[in-house]
Amino acid sequence: MNNLNNKTKMKSENSRRGFCKSTALVGAGLFLPGLEMSAMANVFNDKKLKIAVVGCGGRGTGAANQALKADENVELVAMADAFQDQLDNSLLNLQKEFEGTKKVNVKDAHKYVGFDAYKKAIDQADVVILATPPGFRPYHFEYAIYAGKHVFMEKPVATDAPGIRKVLEMAKIAKEKKLNVVVGLQRHYQNNYIAIADKIKQGDVGKIVSGQVYWNSGGVWVRPRQAGQSELEYQMRNWYYFNWLCGDHILEQHIHNIDVANWFIGEYPISAQGMGGRLVRTGKDHGEIFDHHFVEFTYPSGAVIASQCRHQPGTWSKVGENFQGTKGSIDMNDAGAASITGFDGEKLFDYRNRNDPNPYQVEHDRLFASIRNNEVISDTENGAMSTMTAIMGRMATYSGKVITWEDAMASEKLLMPSELTWDSTPPSIPDANGNYSIPTPGVTDVLN
Amino acid sequence: MITHSYSQEEKPKNFTQRIGGTNLTIEMVGIPSGSFSMGSAPSEEKRKEDEGPKHTVELQEFWISKYEITWELYNLFVNRAIDDIDTSNKSTDINIEVDAISGATIPYVDMSLGMGTREGLPVGNVTQYAASQFCKWLSAKTGNFYRLPTEAEWEYSARAGTNTAYHFGDDPKLLGEFGWSYENSQDTYHPVGQKKPNAWGLYDMHGNVAEWTLDEYLPKIYTTRDGITQSPLHSTTKEYSRSVRGGSYYDDAEYLRSAARLGSNENWKMRDPQFPKSKWWNTDAPFVGFRIVRDPTIPKETEINNYWGK
Repeated sequence: MNNLNNKTKMKSENSRRGFCKSTALVGAGLFLPGLEMSAMANVFNDKKLKIAVVGCGGRGTGAANQALKADENVELVAMADAFQDQLDNSLLNLQKEFEGTKKVNVKDAHKYVGFDAYKKAIDQADVVILATPPGFRPYHFEYAIYAGKHVFMEKPVATDAPGIRKVLEMAKIAKEKKLNVVVGLQRHYQNNYIAIADKIKQGDVGKIVSGQVYWNSGGVWVRPRQAGQSELEYQMRNWYYFNWLCGDHILEQHIHNIDVANWFIGEYPISAQGMGGRLVRTGKDHGEIFDHHFVEFTYPSGAVIASQCRHQPGTWSKVGENFQGTKGSIDMNDAGAASITGFDGEKLFDYRNRNDPNPYQVEHDRLFASIRNNEVISDTENGAMSTMTAIMGRMATYSGKVITWEDAMASEKLLMPSELTWDSTPPSIPDANGNYSIPTPGVTDVLN
Repeated sequence: MITHSYSQEEKPKNFTQRIGGTNLTIEMVGIPSGSFSMGSAPSEEKRKEDEGPKHTVELQEFWISKYEITWELYNLFVNRAIDDIDTSNKSTDINIEVDAISGATIPYVDMSLGMGTREGLPVGNVTQYAASQFCKWLSAKTGNFYRLPTEAEWEYSARAGTNTAYHFGDDPKLLGEFGWSYENSQDTYHPVGQKKPNAWGLYDMHGNVAEWTLDEYLPKIYTTRDGITQSPLHSTTKEYSRSVRGGSYYDDAEYLRSAARLGSNENWKMRDPQFPKSKWWNTDAPFVGFRIVRDPTIPKETEINNYWGK
């Protein structure tokens, strides 16, 4: 009995080793933002850093805003988007925000529109922000890394397994080239999450055996079809509802909570099984994605995580995570509540997030400080693996089958075309009545 | 020593605001006209500089909601499902079309941040603009003139004739009977009206969610007031900073005092990843909600946006 316990203990400590290293890196940077350090380094490294933003929606513009505030000597020099109006709006908003500074300096010739626009924008910059719909990410990331650029990229980093494999391959090249890559899984840069991760590392909750992670909310925008709009343009404007672009909401939003499970357990799951469907959001406007998913992820250590995501207005909502360890339970929610409670009901740890910094800003502060200090942040691998975890969850709900990590990762199913022009036929097309084909559990083949 | 006075005869009658097309109601408590001493004395424990000097404020009668506005009520405005339902016995104080009022966007994430929106829970994470637009929408629906309370009205209502740190006295140890603070809240807001009310019958004036007022947050504004100040209001078109009162479930007792003031700041939206950020929702201020005032004095058309925002 004792032996067995020791073995289990050792195993879990071993599997945590890689995890400890990665949190230590983030933690040290965050708690010692190195004001003096980076100021000193700047004496030797005061090069102006040029930024390009690829994908000028609300999030791309938000990331550009944060990047421009992260460092004194930065300049936005190029922008790319599939749509002219989106690019123009984004630039206008940034110009307003940075009026009186010299930080927004995008010449007309450096406003690039279309599917190839990203290449030209990336060429202009030292640091690139990749914030298009996630389907494009592997191609944009590949180009940026080959071009030797530092990257901030939004999650998720792909919508299919071939995309994940491409991103993982690029992760190696990025490391060889000593390029910084920050992935927008901002909970890794958020103090309450880091505080709990430290407690787990110290053994305060014991071994995590189960958990529940949630993104239950009302759903997102619909942009009505416009007269004269091509099918491809319609889908690009409503990218959330198309899997080749978005990957479904289990991927696009719920990845945050699934990633927390991976982070806290210190492993990636070996299999997933679950169920999901469309019950409430069933219109022609709602493309092909589900409105609910429930997945059980099983981890190598034996932990099982129940993951729920739902887009159904008027239902119970929660965005957050609970975990049960052998010594206590963790409860986290989006409000910043982060606590550990023992099984006798006593609160062992309670994190209060008064005056915490904005994690979206911290991501960029860390990125630019790291570039200045000749350090390397490598979020890519975890970003890709957590993206893959959510894709595996989607594969499980779409197929109704048990999906193993190995099979999911080896899948050749390509959702995202490698080449697109405005003349391309999108991968999903509606039938004569305007309905898209919806995955059917028990029937749909997700792997091939 | 400043004396405060109010006249029960001038107290408007309490009433229940019905909302056509729904079973939900809002209980409104009549507040008498009168004067009170606003702010706190330097001797008050844990008082801050922005609470002084104490000065006399005179106010006209008004009504204020007995409870903080709940998610259920606020969602009537967000979902706009009852806009077209005709209300026959509408009052005639205000006549505007419901359609003319823009609706709040539906947020991407759960704005209760896991604390729930079920029956009786106070709304949080709404901006002061959104709270004001709720008032405008409610005015259009009911024909009564609704708006947020001014800071002075808020404090007058909270004090209910008292001059102590809290409406029940000076001892923060008694706070648990009257309000939800960090001490007893378990990190979450609670259904409105579970604790004891103040002398004027208002619930959760201390704690639960902090409450928006109409005023710009100006830390030194009291130093500019001389003699008796009539119905003070300092409105602004700037987003930051606006004044919040009453403290919340997430605050320690000192921030729940009747005189305690807090200014909003950009961090209350820090996790809104979009740019520009939503003008309707905060992402990081689930601890701020609001209650509403009905004002029997209807402002001129040119002034009304001072109360409802632009």
